[in-house]
Amino acid sequence: MTTSPVTTSPVTTSPVTTSPVTTASTRRTTMFHKIWRDHLVAQRAGEPAVVYIDLHLVHEVTSPQAFAGLRGRGLVVRRPERTLATMDHSVPTAPGPARGRIPIAEPQAAAQIAELERNCADFGVPLHALGSGRQGIVHVIGPELGLTQPGMTIVCGDSHTSTHGAFGALAFGIGTSEVEHVLATQCLLQSEPRTMLVRVDGRLGPAVTAKDIILAVIAAIGVDGGTGHVIEYAGSSIGALSMEERMTVCNMSIEAGARAGLIAPDDTTFEYLAGRERAPAGAAWDDAVDRWRRLPTDEGAVFDRVIAVDGGALEPMITYGTNPGMGIPLGAPVPAPSDLGDAGARGALVRALRYMDLQPGRPLLGHRVDLVFLGSCTNSRLSDLRQAARVMGGRKVSPGVRMLVVPGSQEVKRQAEAEGLDQVFRAAGAEWRESGCSMCIAMNGDQLQPGQYAVSTSNRNFEGRQGMGGRTFLASPLTAAAAAVSGRITDPRTLL
Amino acid sequence: MPAQFSRVTSHAVLLAASDVDTDQIIPARFLKVTRKDGLGAHLFEDWRRDPGGAPRPDFALNRPEAAGARILVAGHNFGCGSSREHAAWALVGWGLCAVVAPSFADIFRANALKNGLLPVELARADHARLVGAREADAALPVTVDLERQVVEWPGDAAAGFTVDPFHRRCLLEGIDELGYLLALEAEIASHEARRR
Repeated sequence: MTTSPVTTSPVTTSPVTTSPVTTASTRRTTMFHKIWRDHLVAQRAGEPAVVYIDLHLVHEVTSPQAFAGLRGRGLVVRRPERTLATMDHSVPTAPGPARGRIPIAEPQAAAQIAELERNCADFGVPLHALGSGRQGIVHVIGPELGLTQPGMTIVCGDSHTSTHGAFGALAFGIGTSEVEHVLATQCLLQSEPRTMLVRVDGRLGPAVTAKDIILAVIAAIGVDGGTGHVIEYAGSSIGALSMEERMTVCNMSIEAGARAGLIAPDDTTFEYLAGRERAPAGAAWDDAVDRWRRLPTDEGAVFDRVIAVDGGALEPMITYGTNPGMGIPLGAPVPAPSDLGDAGARGALVRALRYMDLQPGRPLLGHRVDLVFLGSCTNSRLSDLRQAARVMGGRKVSPGVRMLVVPGSQEVKRQAEAEGLDQVFRAAGAEWRESGCSMCIAMNGDQLQPGQYAVSTSNRNFEGRQGMGGRTFLASPLTAAAAAVSGRITDPRTLL
Repeated sequence: MPAQFSRVTSHAVLLAASDVDTDQIIPARFLKVTRKDGLGAHLFEDWRRDPGGAPRPDFALNRPEAAGARILVAGHNFGCGSSREHAAWALVGWGLCAVVAPSFADIFRANALKNGLLPVELARADHARLVGAREADAALPVTVDLERQVVEWPGDAAAGFTVDPFHRRCLLEGIDELGYLLALEAEIASHEARRR
């Protein structure tokens, strides 16, 4: 029995650790509280806080009913310049024409996309439209434009809005009613979340990536481990990550049930942002960096919960079940229901193993794979594509395996093509596609067939998520690429 | 429209699995709509029907006793995953107005409250008692009373729950959250002026 690399606070062995309450004389402030305080519009006794929203990202699937609500009440979008729309969920990603846009085969998707175009035109909301060369997954384009900045509040009708927390922004997913609230008032009613610190220290081993960190954290704390909390990720392993890797970590905060994930801004953040289209410039840049340097959590600030992860002990991770918490190190056996004490968890595992058609007690290594999906707001950025290309260069996608490579945005696609990554994937026999959510959510025709197994770099392995009856193993781009070239679940360390 | 809820008595659908995600409640392929109505027909579509579209008779919603139920007794961490408010619209569209569970995912809870679908969080022991009583009697009449913040059923002690005071008042009095925010125009404008 090996020791888990993830441990809770040393003061107790309980998986849930509540740190001592801070006293007034020693009050030090967390980054979350600094951002929260800075955005409080009103806070009446016994009522939720009214929180100002700096940036509202909008997409086609969760906005039509919100715009309809505005029309019904005769309201306008209060701050169109703080709003940015794109279409990503149901857009086709089949290789497009050299010019213009890909036709949308499905009438319902076409109508929904047309509705977004009409709503943006009517309400003056900037739209990065299909065919404009500036479309992409909403959580990829915000950061790449430099719109996502430290200290901001950012929302979107999408649970993976937590991605933007990588910049030290308080970013969270909302429902369509709340989309309407923000469109109309630029504000939201929110109860104050609790705080959780996830410290990851140590040097990551070979082929251990940001995706493996977050899959290990979710496996340790569970899919509800972060409920009611904003998670701040800190420690030397996190500090050593690039911005794109930090986005991968924060992206999946919601898979642990957390309201948001946060990482303190530092020189890595500032280097990423400097010179981007929507980042401040000149004197405004210097002012912004001064402000941003004051954001990190004060030394000694107290969190409601603390989790410690030994980054050096992490292994490449993979999920075996039907929620993102059902994850194991690549070489570990799939757990058996009899290992679990809790009846609810046991029932969930029995159901998951039946759905996945897996036997407990054996590792997944060597398991058949039908499809590999490299993409999604979790892992579709340039560095993700580079990682996969490291494995795939000079190799071929295994016969009988289909591989989709879906860059997160048109900008990512252009950059990847500029450095020849598309050629690596094409030469290997993978499909090099247009940007969008694609098979992460399977709304656009990119989907698994019943019974198929996929290794996916996306964020959810729920039943049917990637197509009715489809079975998903979540893993890093390295592990996904290793599966593509071998046709089986394979340790990427054997191919690097 | 302002969502309202005060009290309901009904037989209940029992679906006590843990970690039921919103992709199960309403699969993504049904999200290509531009309206809120009509989703009840596809609530739990892939658990309710086989790939050929035939109903799975054993699934909770397909059992004869489920017809007309207003209350869903669900499991731990109900509504996890995606932020889709379509999940709440589908539950309401099917006819439900309360979900009783040991815990809920945050975004689902917020979405439910905005649609008059009351998320009732019971202590684990109380929830287990309710599940036991419902298993013993499929027609068990269950009352969810928001005014008194109790769940009651025959033959056992009532189980208390708490809804935060603001949302309780909104639901009892039909206060519209957007209307509440719009009334704060002066505060919002002054915040914007301060931060510019």
